[in-house]
Order: sequence, then C-alpha cells, then structure tokens
Amino acid sequence: MSQILLNINPIAILVHAAIPLTIILVYALVAIWGERKIAGFIQDRLGPMRVGGWHGWAQSIADLLKLIQKEDIIPTDASRFLFKFAPFMMFAASYAAFAVIPFSSAYIGSMVNIGVFYLLAVTSVLTLSVIMAGWASNNKWSLLGGMRSAAQMVSYEVPTIASVLTVVLVAGSLNLMTVTELQAGNDILGFLPNWLIFQNPFLIVAFIIFFISILAESHRVPFDLPESESELVGGYQTEYSGMRWAMFMLAEYADMLLLSLLGATLFFGGWNSPFGDFMGGPLWGFFWFMLKGLLLVIVMMWIRWTLPRYRVDQLMHICWSILIPLSFINLVLTALWEVIF
Amino acid sequence: MLNAVKQSWLTFRSIFTGMGVTIRHFFGKSVTLQYPDEKMELPKGARSRLFVNIDDCIGCNLCARACPVNCIDIETVAATQDVDLGKTSTGNPKRFWLTLFDIDMAKCMYCDLCVHPCPTNCIYMVPEYEYSEYDRINLVYHFSNLEPEMVAEVKVKAELEAEQKKRDREEMMRKKAEEKAKKELEEKKKAAEESKKEDKEEE
Repeated sequence: MSQILLNINPIAILVHAAIPLTIILVYALVAIWGERKIAGFIQDRLGPMRVGGWHGWAQSIADLLKLIQKEDIIPTDASRFLFKFAPFMMFAASYAAFAVIPFSSAYIGSMVNIGVFYLLAVTSVLTLSVIMAGWASNNKWSLLGGMRSAAQMVSYEVPTIASVLTVVLVAGSLNLMTVTELQAGNDILGFLPNWLIFQNPFLIVAFIIFFISILAESHRVPFDLPESESELVGGYQTEYSGMRWAMFMLAEYADMLLLSLLGATLFFGGWNSPFGDFMGGPLWGFFWFMLKGLLLVIVMMWIRWTLPRYRVDQLMHICWSILIPLSFINLVLTALWEVIF
Repeated sequence: MLNAVKQSWLTFRSIFTGMGVTIRHFFGKSVTLQYPDEKMELPKGARSRLFVNIDDCIGCNLCARACPVNCIDIETVAATQDVDLGKTSTGNPKRFWLTLFDIDMAKCMYCDLCVHPCPTNCIYMVPEYEYSEYDRINLVYHFSNLEPEMVAEVKVKAELEAEQKKRDREEMMRKKAEEKAKKELEEKKKAAEESKKEDKEEE
C-alpha cells in the first residue's frame, strides 16, 4: 500500500481527476441549456433566447450565478448533517464512477480490471444519497420521493446488471478499456463496425433492456417518479435550495451522461470510429465517444418530452415481470450462442 | 406470453409514434413571437387606446354623453364673434373653444360607444396597448391643446361677450318696448283725430 502511494505523483492524480470533472461541468452547462432548447422546439416554442446573444447560450451560466447567490435554507426540523451531506454524496457517487470510463484510447481514469463491477457498485450509492436527502428533509414529499427512488433504483439495477452481464459474457472482460478495444475494426458484413450491438442479435435485446433501465436509474421520464414535479413538488429535492439543489441537478445530469457513456462503451464501440481507421486516434476517439454518449443523452431528452409518467405499480410491473425475466432469458440465450458459434 | 408480446409491441409502437410526432414538431416552425422585438399586428377594429384628433373636434359633447362610465370630461367655451375657429376637415364649422378634453383610460372599458356618435370622426381607437403607468393619474390623457393662459383669456372674453349680449338684448327689448308704446300713442292720436274729422263731416 505504502509503495503504491509513493509511486503516485499527487499532481498527476489531480490532473487525472480533473479531466472527468471538467467534462461533467461543461457537459452539464450545455446539456441543461440543450434540454431546454429541445423542450422548447418540441413544444413549438423557442426556449431560452435572451442571455448571451445567440439562442441564449449563456442561460445555464446565468442560472448558475443566480443559484450561487441564493440563500442556503435548511429546514429547522431537518437532520442537519444528513441534509447538508446528501447532495455532495450524490455528486461524488456519479463522479467517482467516471474513473473507469475510457474517454479515449489514451485516457482512462483508472485501469482497474473490474471496471464495470466498480461502476455499478459506486452508482448504487446514488440510491443511498437520495434516501438520505428524502429522509433528512423531514418532509412528506421528500420522503415519498426518496422511498420511490429507493424502490425504483434497487429494482432497476437488476435488469441493468443482467444486460451488462450479457455484454461482459460476450466480451469476456470487466475492464471497459478492453471491452472497447475488442470492438475495433469494420468486419461485420464487410462494412459495419465491430460494435457489440451488431455482433449478436441478443445484444440488441440487451441494449433495449439496458436503455430502459438506465432511463429508470437516472430518474428520467417516463420513470421520473422520485422527483415527479406534478405530484411530489420535487420529490427528494423539495426542501433544497441554492447550490445544494444545483448539486443534485449536476449529479442527475452527470448520472445521465455516465450511463449513456456506459451504453456507448458497451454497445456502440466506445471511442472507436465508425469508419475503421479513418478519423481514428485518441482525439478523434474522444470526439466519437462523446458524440455517441451525447446522442443517447439527446434520445433520453427526446423521450422525456414525448412520454407521460408511469404509475408506481406500472413501473414495478415493467421491471419485475417483464424486464428481469427477459434479461435473464436473454443472458442464457447469449451464453448458448457463445457456446455454439 | 402471447399477450405480453402483443402488449410490448403495442407499447413500443405507441412510443415510436409519439416520438415521431415530437420530432416533427422539433423541426417544425415555432409559434413564439419575441415580444418586445417583434409585435403582432393588431386586428382591424382592435380597441386598445382612445385618441382624439382635437383639430377636428367641434365640442358637441356627444361622446361624453355616450360614455357609460363617464370617463370623458369635456368643457367648452363659446367662441367670441371676433375670432373664427375655422372648419374641421369634414367641413363642419367650429364654434367652441375646447378648454378641457380629458379621457381617463383607467376608467375606460373599451366599449367603443363614444366612437360612433362623433359627427366628425375625431375620436377613435388607436392600436397602442403598451401604456401601463406607475400612477393612476398618468392614465388621464389630456387632449385639449389650449394653454392655461389662453383658457383664462378665452373664458374672460366669452363672459364679457355674453354680458355684452345680455345688455344688448335688454337694450333692444327696451327700445322695442318704447317703440311699441310710441306707436300705440300715435295710433291713439290718429284715432282721436279721425274721430274728430268724422264728427265734423257729420255736422
């Protein structure tokens, strides 16, 4: 242990750690603006138009400045420590998970060989922080939101893990860098990239299950029950204000990006270019990776402004009686496919 | 099992239908009007603010009488004989000084009833709707273009003339009465002379 610590340059650690943080912060500013623009266009509006000139591009920055100036309100009867701690813990959980995401062929936060396992384990802490926030707020909406969120995230972790397991089964590695490297090249049908989603029909099913599950895991519509604005005010965020609320928002968007990037790594070849060696290399790799992740994020936003919210019982029904059996059957069939071919 | 597959198929189909609708709207045209920069053209006959073309007003008071909420306040002074106020653009002669023509837009209920009685079409609605004020008193619009000194002068003049007229009339009445009395007296004289003549002829 002491040897490892001696070998690591603290400045290098800081730089390494700062890269995903920068990506998250820039992405959050763009994504919040983008989501509002997408919402506006879908509803035949314009969205933010004023701040910063061109199509209100600085709207998120203005919102951030406003949130910084807001009073930090802590309810009298709240459990102070838990209440203050929850948003930071939530962001820490989604930030920590970025350590094993291979942003390009040249950069990965930590080259651990149990990457996927670590990621899924760390994102489980999100559930804990949501319950923490809901319980510590001492508010019925918050508590209901927290409880719903706990039930939802615990349930949907099962199909997520089962579908990720399907990919791991095919790839034979838990290290996301290795999984990505496996998908290099354009051999399928002569032109399709070797992405896992094209390699095996069961992986398409796995991707559908995975996508539905990450929608639920990141509290996106139609599974946004934990914070359903129209019935629970704001769910577990009800009592939060100012920067603490902003931390929740940031963590939520970071979580969305994280799971989308995980999807891009597992099914769409990560940083591999869709044109083989053309436009390859570490920088283009980063570009392709972010493009794939952001496309998934945009689809999630598109779904948000299309669908209404599920009821709690429907949510549980979808998970326990459809997705979980299906994902396990899919896992077994993939295993058979791997044995036969 | 079959039912579950059917249900799932229906779910996916409806989701994709919905997403198709939203993507069409995403690329469709927005209906937003960027209000302070762009403004919608008001439809013809929109009632938003009253305006009085004071040069055409003849001071007939018809609009004030038509107003159901009494938001129009008019005070007129008859023009003296030495001034000619001219004619309106419709050809009606102007006979009154308009010393006061106030419209209280805070009271106005936009019924348009004052517009139609006007014989010279000088009161009408203009398409102007951004006139909110911090103080209600600022919503009273003054349309009279006479200076306060002018108003006082006109009033004094009009009073003098009215007095003069009254005196003239009294004088005239007195003269008439005198003349009448004279005539009567003469007639009586004549009658008396004639009766004398007749008497002589009879003799």
